[in-house]
Amino acid sequence: MIQSFAIILACQLAGEILARASGLPLPGPVIGIGFLLGLLLARGQLAGLMPGALNDGSLEAVAGALLAHLSVLFVPAGVGVIQRLDILGQHWPALAVALVGSSLLGILATGMVFLLIDRWQNGGPR
Amino acid sequence: MSDAGFSLWVYLAERPLTWLTLTLAGYAVADALAVRAGRHPLVNPVLIAAALIGAVLMATGTPYAVYFDGAQFVHFLLGPATVALAVPLYQHRAEVRRAFLPMAAALIAGSLVTMASAVGLLAAFGVPRAVIASMAPKSVTAAIAMAVSGSLGGDAALTSVLVILTGIFGAIVALPLLARVRITDDRARGFATGLAAHGIGTARAFQSSALAGTFAAIAMALNAIVTALAAPVLFRLMGW
Repeated sequence: MIQSFAIILACQLAGEILARASGLPLPGPVIGIGFLLGLLLARGQLAGLMPGALNDGSLEAVAGALLAHLSVLFVPAGVGVIQRLDILGQHWPALAVALVGSSLLGILATGMVFLLIDRWQNGGPR
Repeated sequence: MSDAGFSLWVYLAERPLTWLTLTLAGYAVADALAVRAGRHPLVNPVLIAAALIGAVLMATGTPYAVYFDGAQFVHFLLGPATVALAVPLYQHRAEVRRAFLPMAAALIAGSLVTMASAVGLLAAFGVPRAVIASMAPKSVTAAIAMAVSGSLGGDAALTSVLVILTGIFGAIVALPLLARVRITDDRARGFATGLAAHGIGTARAFQSSALAGTFAAIAMALNAIVTALAAPVLFRLMGW
């Protein structure tokens, strides 16, 4: 478990470093996904060099535990927002309409285009 | 309250332990309610926990900075949890590779529709440009949204509030909305939820299925890039 957590933190750290150095519009942890994915894809070849956590299933167990409770990790930020709703100011009705409207349209557009192209590509039911 | 009780409270109110415990206990209560409600989308555990904890902070006159001294240990895990998304991505890599074209098309369409409609609606209301800039990147993960907003002349603090509100709203409405238009494919459902509602939507998609969560995570990462690149172009097109 310690090994797995160290691997995950090392990928995040590498991501943070690359984010700073490159100016890519991505947060360090998101770049870290790429590093961990690379390790997983290469783990067959790395078996002799890398710690056991990559291959004995413990990395999967730690990642699963983190992801199973992803929602709770947003609570501290959520509390901050509840306390600072006043920042929305006088424009809050327009902001509410735009937030709701653009979210609904965006969700529909994304889901529909995804299925449309998927069916076109696979010649499935129309 | 007795003197002894009061001095105990003064001691506890300054301990990070108190607020860390409140964070986890608040979420445990909220999540139990969500389970009791059969995971009904309106019973969103993040929203309920934040409201419960916010009420406790207000009732006890506790500043957010004091609360965050304890809550930061939970907040910190967001980074490692994001990196951990590589594991389901790896496990579902075959499905992901097969869905390359649908993802690319849905990413462009969804990202542009989301941003252009938000900007268009605010412009129609005659909202000032700085407020529009704060709203435009609201669907992407907070760190990127705040950077984009700042570069367009927006207010990063306002953006951070809009990002969280968008995440909670998207997490609540995405799955029922898609069910209503008979979109039941887990990949499409996850991708739309992650695109519109970043990490909070991704967390919601994982509660639905690992496949939906995987596609949500991909959409969250890719939409951060597309939004960062497209927002300045959109603002130039608007003549701002």
